[in-house]
Amino acid sequence: MMKKKWNGYLIAGCIITGIIILWILIGRFYTPYPPTKMSSAKLQGPSPAHLFGTDKFGRDIFSRVMQGSGTTLLIAALTILIGSGAGIIIGAITGYFGGMVDEVLMRFNDALTAFPSILLALVIISILGPGKYNVIIALGIVFIPSYARMMRTAFAAQRDVNYIISARLMGASSLRILLIHMLPNTLHVLLPALTIGFNNAVLAEASMSFLGIGVTPPDVSMGYMLSEAQGMFRSAPWYALSVGGVIALLVFGVSLIGEGMQRMNEEVD
Amino acid sequence: MADSILDTITTMTGLGADPAAEAVTEAQRQLVLEVNLVSGGYRTPGLFGKGKYQQVLYDVDFNIRHGEIMGLVGESGTGKSTLARMILGMLEPEEGSIVHYTKRPQIIFQDPYSSLNPAYTVEWSLEEPLRVFGKYDEAERKRRVRDMLAKVELPQEVLSAKPSELSGGQRQRVSIAAALIRRPRFIIADEPVSALDVTIQAQILQLLRDLREELDLSYLFISHDLNVVYQLCDRVLVMKKGRIVEQGTVDEVYDHPKEEYTKQLLAAAQ
Repeated sequence: MMKKKWNGYLIAGCIITGIIILWILIGRFYTPYPPTKMSSAKLQGPSPAHLFGTDKFGRDIFSRVMQGSGTTLLIAALTILIGSGAGIIIGAITGYFGGMVDEVLMRFNDALTAFPSILLALVIISILGPGKYNVIIALGIVFIPSYARMMRTAFAAQRDVNYIISARLMGASSLRILLIHMLPNTLHVLLPALTIGFNNAVLAEASMSFLGIGVTPPDVSMGYMLSEAQGMFRSAPWYALSVGGVIALLVFGVSLIGEGMQRMNEEVD
Repeated sequence: MADSILDTITTMTGLGADPAAEAVTEAQRQLVLEVNLVSGGYRTPGLFGKGKYQQVLYDVDFNIRHGEIMGLVGESGTGKSTLARMILGMLEPEEGSIVHYTKRPQIIFQDPYSSLNPAYTVEWSLEEPLRVFGKYDEAERKRRVRDMLAKVELPQEVLSAKPSELSGGQRQRVSIAAALIRRPRFIIADEPVSALDVTIQAQILQLLRDLREELDLSYLFISHDLNVVYQLCDRVLVMKKGRIVEQGTVDEVYDHPKEEYTKQLLAAAQ
């Protein structure tokens, strides 16, 4: 059996994602222009002064995307944190203990899965109202079932394996067995799933904000900007293209990381 | 925690006040395990009601003496592993009782590929039972790990290796070390050499024999290989369809088998 080796996918993915995240982090502290400042330079195409051009209010699109993608990144990251966190807990309990808890939680899970995810998010938003944090909660809940099901399988597969039987015989607590003995052996399915989930969360946030049920001003996010860009697609096509381009590049970079991790596991197996 | 409870139970059952009880105690001190007319099996849990019950063991009755290697032979599917699970406390007997006179027993499994956690190094796997026990500081744990590694005749270099980097024989030695690290007095070995090459088999059997002397162990040695049992064991239990059909010293059973089933098994092993 081989040692785990980095491959091209993983390296390329980390570089692309790293650059974008660095760019977004810089946007938290510094943008070339204030993102909401209007000016007389309206509807200008890309130029050295305005790399992504300006919109119909004369705002610098580069600065807006820099800040807006930060909001999207935050929403996506917290969404998968909630989704995978709750999913791991539910999956661990149902997969390891089985029995009645398993039956009840998994049927509840099936019920959640039965709704189309965007519809479920819509229902939750209509209860909570729009806004950045409510989007995070809504998407987080929508993301729980898939992680729960996946982690349940990963934990259940180890339940009667000899090293877990040994751990029980040596008197290790259930919590210790779940967290220390079992969880590390689920990472090879969890980590690629996190990258896929992250991408889905970016796209889900974009569609929700695009539909007007996502973030509210003064917050800007990728989806919010896309819906703005739609209104000036004829006069400022570079707006939609630059927002879409950054989303595509971020999703592409993270996908490469996921693909790279999966290939790394296959090589080891 | 569980160890201390078991110890307490042992003390409670082992020490009586009146002289008659003490005579019993002396005889019992020679025992590590008593299995008294045990019957039982598996219940498949159902959503409603008690579910299905499948009986596996019928009136199993034997004991294991201090320092003894007891063989348990029989075809596969006859209930050997079920009996092991019951002795380990993973499964409750429906009838009868199992009495331990030592600390909680540990088990050595057949498949050395699944008995060690693939996510961790050998050092971690050996240290973990001591960490869970919680009575030793880190230096003492490391000392015991190194000491046990020497006892199973492995070089110190394997400590930093993951199980995937070891051979089957090395893994089985690590599994033995992990089972013994808390110094149990009674070990259940469930087909511990059947997954290994013949030369490695001989080495592991010799190791088990040496460790018995060195660490004052008793074994229940489960196997379907009658030749291996003959080499290693003092006494032997022959199991058929969940019942012990014959038991005695290895020489008695191998030279003068009483049961037709034992004769068939012996003939098949020739």
